Amino acid sequence: MTETENNKILEVKNLSTYFYTDDGVVKAVDDVSFDLKKGETLGIVGETGCGKSVTALSILRLIPQPLGRIVAGEIIFEGRDLLKLGQKDLQNLRGNKISMIFQDPMTSLNPVYTVGNQVMESLIVHRKLKKDEARREGLKLLEMVGIPEFKRRFNNYPHEFSGGMRQRVMIAMAIANSPSILIADEPTTALDVTVQAQILELMDELKYKTNSSIIIITHDLGVVAKYANRVMVMYAGKPVEFSSVDNIFYKPAHPYTIGLMKSVTRLDEEKRGKLKPIEGLPPSLIDLPKFCIFRARCKYACDECKGEYPPLKEIEKDHFVSCYRGKEFMEGIIERFDN
Amino acid sequence: MENNKLLEVKNLKKYFNLRSGFLFQKFTGSVKAVDDISFFIKRGETFGLVGETGCGKTTVAKVILRLVPQTSGEATYNGVNLFKLNSKEMFKIRREIQVIFQDPYASLSPRMTVGDIINEPFEIHKIGDKRKRIKKVKELLRVVGLNPEHIHRYPHEFSGGQRQRVGVARALALTPKLLLCDEPVSALDVSVQAQILNLLTDLQKEFNLTYLFIAHDLSVVKHVSDRIGVMYLGKMVEVAKSEDLYKTPLHPYTMGLLSAIPIPDPELERKRKRIVLEGDVPSPINPPSGCSFHTRCPNAQDICSMEEPELRDYSKNGNEHLAACFFAGKPIV
Amino acid sequence: MATIKELEALEEIETGKKYSRTSLYKDAWKRLRKNKLAMLGLLIVILLILIAIFASLISPYNPIERIKEDSSLGPSIKHFFGTDLLGRDIFSRVIYGSRVSIEVGVIAVGISVVIGLFFGALSGYFGGLSDAVIMRVADIFFAFPYILGAIAIMTILGPGIVNIFIAIGILGWASIARIFRSSILTIKNKEYIEAARAMGASNNRIIMKHIFPNSFAPIIVYATMNVGTAIIVEAALSFLGIGVQPPTPAWGKMLADSMSYIDVAPWMMFFPGLAILITVLGFVLLGDGLRDAFDPKLK
Ligand SMILES: Nc1ncnc2c1ncn2[C@@H]1O[C@H](COP(=O)(O)OP(=O)(O)OP(=O)(O)O)[C@@H](O)[C@H]1O
Ligand SMILES: Nc1ncnc2c1ncn2[C@@H]1O[C@H](COP(=O)(O)OP(=O)(O)OP(=O)(O)O)[C@@H](O)[C@H]1O
Ligand code: SF4
Ligand SMILES: [Mg+2]
Ligand SMILES: [Mg+2]
Repeated sequence: MTETENNKILEVKNLSTYFYTDDGVVKAVDDVSFDLKKGETLGIVGETGCGKSVTALSILRLIPQPLGRIVAGEIIFEGRDLLKLGQKDLQNLRGNKISMIFQDPMTSLNPVYTVGNQVMESLIVHRKLKKDEARREGLKLLEMVGIPEFKRRFNNYPHEFSGGMRQRVMIAMAIANSPSILIADEPTTALDVTVQAQILELMDELKYKTNSSIIIITHDLGVVAKYANRVMVMYAGKPVEFSSVDNIFYKPAHPYTIGLMKSVTRLDEEKRGKLKPIEGLPPSLIDLPKFCIFRARCKYACDECKGEYPPLKEIEKDHFVSCYRGKEFMEGIIERFDN
Repeated sequence: MENNKLLEVKNLKKYFNLRSGFLFQKFTGSVKAVDDISFFIKRGETFGLVGETGCGKTTVAKVILRLVPQTSGEATYNGVNLFKLNSKEMFKIRREIQVIFQDPYASLSPRMTVGDIINEPFEIHKIGDKRKRIKKVKELLRVVGLNPEHIHRYPHEFSGGQRQRVGVARALALTPKLLLCDEPVSALDVSVQAQILNLLTDLQKEFNLTYLFIAHDLSVVKHVSDRIGVMYLGKMVEVAKSEDLYKTPLHPYTMGLLSAIPIPDPELERKRKRIVLEGDVPSPINPPSGCSFHTRCPNAQDICSMEEPELRDYSKNGNEHLAACFFAGKPIV
Repeated sequence: MATIKELEALEEIETGKKYSRTSLYKDAWKRLRKNKLAMLGLLIVILLILIAIFASLISPYNPIERIKEDSSLGPSIKHFFGTDLLGRDIFSRVIYGSRVSIEVGVIAVGISVVIGLFFGALSGYFGGLSDAVIMRVADIFFAFPYILGAIAIMTILGPGIVNIFIAIGILGWASIARIFRSSILTIKNKEYIEAARAMGASNNRIIMKHIFPNSFAPIIVYATMNVGTAIIVEAALSFLGIGVQPPTPAWGKMLADSMSYIDVAPWMMFFPGLAILITVLGFVLLGDGLRDAFDPKLK
């Protein structure tokens, strides 16, 4: 037990992040708990607006001000609660021990500095390297992320790079100080399919090389299946299921997860069957119901579901579900992949 | 046999000329967005068109619709060459060829109510009187699974999937025969994607529609299409029946594309061998010589950079299976 | 387009159903209402229009009537703003003067909007050579100081209020044309325009039904701001004596006539000047507020 405990590199407990807008309080992230183990890749999946990015941003305390606020929770990293850190310590942490890769490589690089300059920047800031050291180190990084002719390209500006190359530069910057956690928020959504594969392979490879952990945020179930060790499925700001990738795909226990699996088109499907989408739409994050957030769309809702929100419960070892009937789904008492 | 083809595109080319200078413009080069493409679509079938960003998929649709003029080639719809029609004849035929766009946000005018949007085709083609039109609009809303009472709402009051339904309703208004769907689900979430894909397949059966289905996601295209064409840099590199394309891809680009798409099945993914294509897609302004794929192709030989491989039929089971590669079918190691 | 709305409105009445709707204009109005300065501008503009319309009811005297014995009086209960050299009531003249300003503002700007929209549409929608030519001409108009241009045209056309409309109208088109052109360029490639073209919509229809409603907002903003400018130019022209001709009361002319007496009878100048200031301020504030209100990003 203690061994696995020590294995946790990051622990998020009861995190809630709200946005106080004109129309009301948007509960973008509501009571989210999860942990990240050393060397693992954690996938966070869910549909648009379910709070994936806000969860990631909360970890680095990068919530858009002034509307957004982390209202509750703890984020334990290296024995300290990140939510209690001062500005200085926080800046030390960002881009150093925990770094982040964003979706859009076009806007995340500064167009007026050369690529090389931007890679060197974080080395100089965090590792206090001298200029020529940083340069040497920067070249090494660009080579590592597979920039062709990296020596010549070092002095190029971002606009002279293709989308895939820019994302490689972002990754180079992110791993510059060998972070222990890399958070990638839809790192390949803006890229071409074949280039997506390159970037994901690169990240996976680097994870082993640098012995870091990855949190990958995506809406692509295929990417999760391929790269994640564990998966957290989010719905309307809350985690609805959290377990190993095999459990999520082969023994999903939340009707939303099951619905997702049934709506996805698969390259390897034998015959063109009909997809089985989840009917209806996700609720507004402004007035969420007190009971189960998925009830309105759930075919299996029972009397118990009218009660209060089902807490995330461990129905088998390391398999957490927030559904009253989760166990029945898991054990196949309710037919999972049938209508 | 010929009559079986609702649409046939032959040797279609579209080059966008790049100019610089203001009053006196200079020709500075051209983007070969579509470079000599041929394909046909049979009545009632779905033809999928896949390829990466900028390979010319949208341009193909736009040229067929005559939204941009072709550089050369022809597009024969129901026996008539669309490019030879005068604007009056084209106007009539537009009723039969409709389009659904990718972006459900950009494809509906934000200042028009949903009712006005779906009513517009009737107005343009002067169909029915006011009362009939409104009845039809409501019926169309019902057909695509929206509440007919929402006729007065503005697009921004709907979710992405609902807007896409509005786009579908508008395209259906004139009871078209051919529907060009340009990435109709790319902007949508998985579960909403499934709703729209189901809607499109249901409508196809109900109204006996023929689809050109454009997307960059091969798994979506494979799900809906009978036959698939794979484009790379403005050229068609492979055309085959969906199953054949997946089971026995002949062109190395198709192999790479198939392999790049992870299947939502962890165990299968662990076993699957992955071919990762290197490099980026070259610019269509200066496409590589010979086979335009040779810069990224693991199978490339000397000949590939000198000569252009033609699209040839390699069918084994009687179903046409075209590929443009000197070493078609050679596995990538 | 109105057809469906009409029928639905009918149905709404028949069935008693209500539809809640929001639109760009409603949202914009909501935002505008929160902007205090813009509301002040709106208030000024509305008041001004009312004053211009009901000038004959509000003003205590005939603005061109000369009351000999009351000449050059300071402000008093009898003459709120005093009287001028010829014994005319300045309060009444300022009130009537608003008519000229408003007429110039509305009609001249109306002319420039019509011209601007036409050329903007031509250059933005059809592009090519016409675009290049129109935009170069617009540049010339921009490079040329507004007032100088107005003076030049007025000396050619001769004084008179109709000529002022023409001069200011002709000069103001360039900014409207530019704005319209750039919004057309951004809207033109939107997919909903392509969808309309794919349906067979004519160019006319696309411009009128799709492009125009979607680029209306910036045009309103610029037109509102242009009204302020037009009023200043008119005042300047009248001040120089090549604008509105006596005895029609115009603020600019009143300023000019009272210039020489500024130390002995400052009120003669103060009130028309104040009127110009407040009016222009009103339009500028309103225009500024509208710009923010139409831009949801600034929320
Ligand atoms: N700055 C903000 N102000 C107000 N609400 C916000 C803000 N940022 C995010 N939200 C709300 O918080 C919710 C969660 O947003 P988030 O960006 O985390 O979604 P996501 O899961 O990352 O979605 P996507 O897949 O689209 O990236 C959304 O409903 C969004 O409307
Ligand atoms: N009006 C235009 N002028 C110049 N180049 C253009 C124009 N329209 C398209 N292109 C170019 O033609 C090429 C093909 O574009 P197209 O939009 O057809 O690609 P696509 O396959 O639809 O890509 P996507 O998946 O991004 O939609 C691109 O390189 C694009 O930059
Ligand atoms: S022709 Fe040559 S370069 Fe082109 S795909 Fe075939 S093997 Fe590769
Ligand atoms: Mg996000
Ligand atoms: Mg496209």
